Amino acid sequence: MQALVFYAFSIIAIGSAIVLVSMHNLARALFLFFIVLFSVAGLYVFALADFVAITQILIYVGGVLVLMLFAFMLSNKTLLDQLQTGTAHFFALPVWQAILISASFLAILVYASLQLGAQQPAWIAVAEQEGTIIAPTDSTIQHIGIQLMTRYLLPFEVVSVLLMMALIGAAHLTRKEDTP
Amino acid sequence: MITLTHFLVVGACLFSIGLYAVMARRNAIMVLVGIELMINAAILNLVAFGRYDTEHYGGQAFALFAIVLAAASVAVALAIILNVYKHHKTINPEDINQLKD
Repeated sequence: MQALVFYAFSIIAIGSAIVLVSMHNLARALFLFFIVLFSVAGLYVFALADFVAITQILIYVGGVLVLMLFAFMLSNKTLLDQLQTGTAHFFALPVWQAILISASFLAILVYASLQLGAQQPAWIAVAEQEGTIIAPTDSTIQHIGIQLMTRYLLPFEVVSVLLMMALIGAAHLTRKEDTP
Repeated sequence: MITLTHFLVVGACLFSIGLYAVMARRNAIMVLVGIELMINAAILNLVAFGRYDTEHYGGQAFALFAIVLAAASVAVALAIILNVYKHHKTINPEDINQLKD
């Protein structure tokens, strides 16, 4: 049952991601991205990271996606006629080359993952032996909060400063010029 | 029981799809969506490995940091895209070929 739901989530995620990248309508593609993010949040729950899943829904679906839709609506005037054109390839590769590169990348990554299944790293084997794996009954939020405020305090502060810099930078970039 | 390999294979698929979007699409917002897909695949790997770390919860904590960083980068990138659109009237990366005003 558990495996069945996991496979359903991963098929939804991968399938809608494939449809997403091959879709010509940008608004529909962004709504498919919605589905991908939700199902990836479901996969986080299967990795027993419920707090990360909630954060994913809150930040990605609530913030990032709305921001992207907003940018799409502000910049879609020339969208339809520019999709038909575009024969000079400077930045974007032809489709078959891109498919070739990403398929070979996928092959390498899957091969490495299967190798990892055959010979696990030592620390994972130790964790499995000693039983220090996160159990479905554990409450992870309390542990994450404590670790965030003690062990990971420096990254936490660095991230907060960077977030403020990004906020100021974004506000500065989009402000109106004084002189026309 | 869902093993680590399942998560890694799903993450690999999402990463390759994101890579394809970054390389093949001619729309800056779709390129950004591809980057977000790659970041999500990386976070999936972090979370999957973080399951074996009950001492420090490193995987989940850094997954949270990665989500925050992705959100910040999206805000700045969309501001840049809007500015570029105002200047060049297009968001096709091929047509943006000059730095001067």
